[in-house]
Amino acid sequence: MTTLRIPTPLRVYTGGKSEVTVGGAKVSDALNDLTNQFPAIKPHLFNESGDLRPFVNLFIGENNIKDLQGVDTSIKDGDRIMLIPSIAGGTS
Amino acid sequence: MIEELSHKQILRYSRHLLMPEVGLQGQLKLKNSSVLVVGTGGLGSPVALYLAAAGIGRIGLVDYDIVDSSNLQRQVIHGTSTVGKLKVESARERLLDLNPDIQIDLFNEPYTSENALRIAKDYDVIIDGTDNFPTRYLTNDVSVFLGKPNIYGSIFRFDGQVSVFYAKEGPCYRCLFPEPPPPGLVPSCAEGGVLGVLPGTIGTLQATEAIKVLLGIGEPLIGKLLLYNALDMSFDFVKLKKNPNCRVCGPNADIKELIDYEEFCGVPGHHADDTSAGAGWDITAQDLQERLARTPNLFLLDVREPHELEIAAIKGAKNIPLGEVAQRMSELDSAEEMVVFCKRGSRSARAIEILASAGFKKMKNLKGGINAWAEEVDTSLPLY
Repeated sequence: MTTLRIPTPLRVYTGGKSEVTVGGAKVSDALNDLTNQFPAIKPHLFNESGDLRPFVNLFIGENNIKDLQGVDTSIKDGDRIMLIPSIAGGTS
Repeated sequence: MIEELSHKQILRYSRHLLMPEVGLQGQLKLKNSSVLVVGTGGLGSPVALYLAAAGIGRIGLVDYDIVDSSNLQRQVIHGTSTVGKLKVESARERLLDLNPDIQIDLFNEPYTSENALRIAKDYDVIIDGTDNFPTRYLTNDVSVFLGKPNIYGSIFRFDGQVSVFYAKEGPCYRCLFPEPPPPGLVPSCAEGGVLGVLPGTIGTLQATEAIKVLLGIGEPLIGKLLLYNALDMSFDFVKLKKNPNCRVCGPNADIKELIDYEEFCGVPGHHADDTSAGAGWDITAQDLQERLARTPNLFLLDVREPHELEIAAIKGAKNIPLGEVAQRMSELDSAEEMVVFCKRGSRSARAIEILASAGFKKMKNLKGGINAWAEEVDTSLPLY
């Protein structure tokens, strides 16, 4: 099983959970498992044609899946996937 | 070019001079350096304070806002005595008290495509202490076009991010985030809240990186992103690479000049809190009061989080937090007219979008949210 770390802005769609345990051999399987467990998060990660939205960044360890094989990147037990959000706060 | 320090300055900076990594030469470098701080709010406060204390010779401050008492929970450069003053002037007062030896340049104006290159061109380093996506993309592109390091920091609730985006030596902000999220997906700190000390942590990290870059010491966060969570007290680092398809710093970049960032992000960059669902959907607090006098049973939908109801509430309103609206719309009657509200009007605007796409038509958005209601109608309610 793999741990998927959910950033604060998206935790409203995972029942407040900061980490979700997901299964699968590839990143795409892990994301399918996540959206099956929490369907409300799906539109925030994928566009209408089912592709990952450009502002969604996923890292396995310290590497961006965009620099690996994208959603086809293999994952193994114990991997930690981080979902990195685009946040803008600072002043107000 | 200042080539030596006075005796008073030597005493002031003695803790720097004692370290070989800074020393007299390093302190002179800082004295001859300039930094532009975009935003004098949560992040800009600690950044400007520590840069002034460190003896950066010239600090530029860009902000057009005035100090409000709700800022003081985190914007420590300002004070109770400067509430109502221009933020840049309030900040200058504090900085010159801390270090009268430095020059402070004030830009009491919004940072826009029209003025940003002119403002930023005379500084060595740019600090991104902004609070919205349009100004962040603008700050990035200006830094790329001028070839200057952009010390990035961003916060939300308990989360913070820090990096040094320097296109000459590594990726830029757009390499990581080619596009902003659609409007409404990520609430602002004014809507989502922020732990007051969080911008202190992130801002001091930004100041640290700025000083390292100016001195040329250590390993700045170029090509690395720091992710901080205050609740877990976790610091995670990830590697960032230059995106070969980056539209501003990639080999085939097609954005060669500043663009309309509000259009690009689909949201206003300034006064970003004054959100509305659009003219057709809006109802003012006073109009709502009149409507309620005629129709006391008018259905009110409050899309704030349950803990916000403890701060202020409108009696009789049904509470469905924004995050649950899509799943719980069966609890709503599309035939019945309703007025949707939140704290200031942006979450309710998003709720209206969600409901409109499901076929709801008879809706109004309370412009300015429950804060406008508290200001204009029920003054027994607190503003927050």
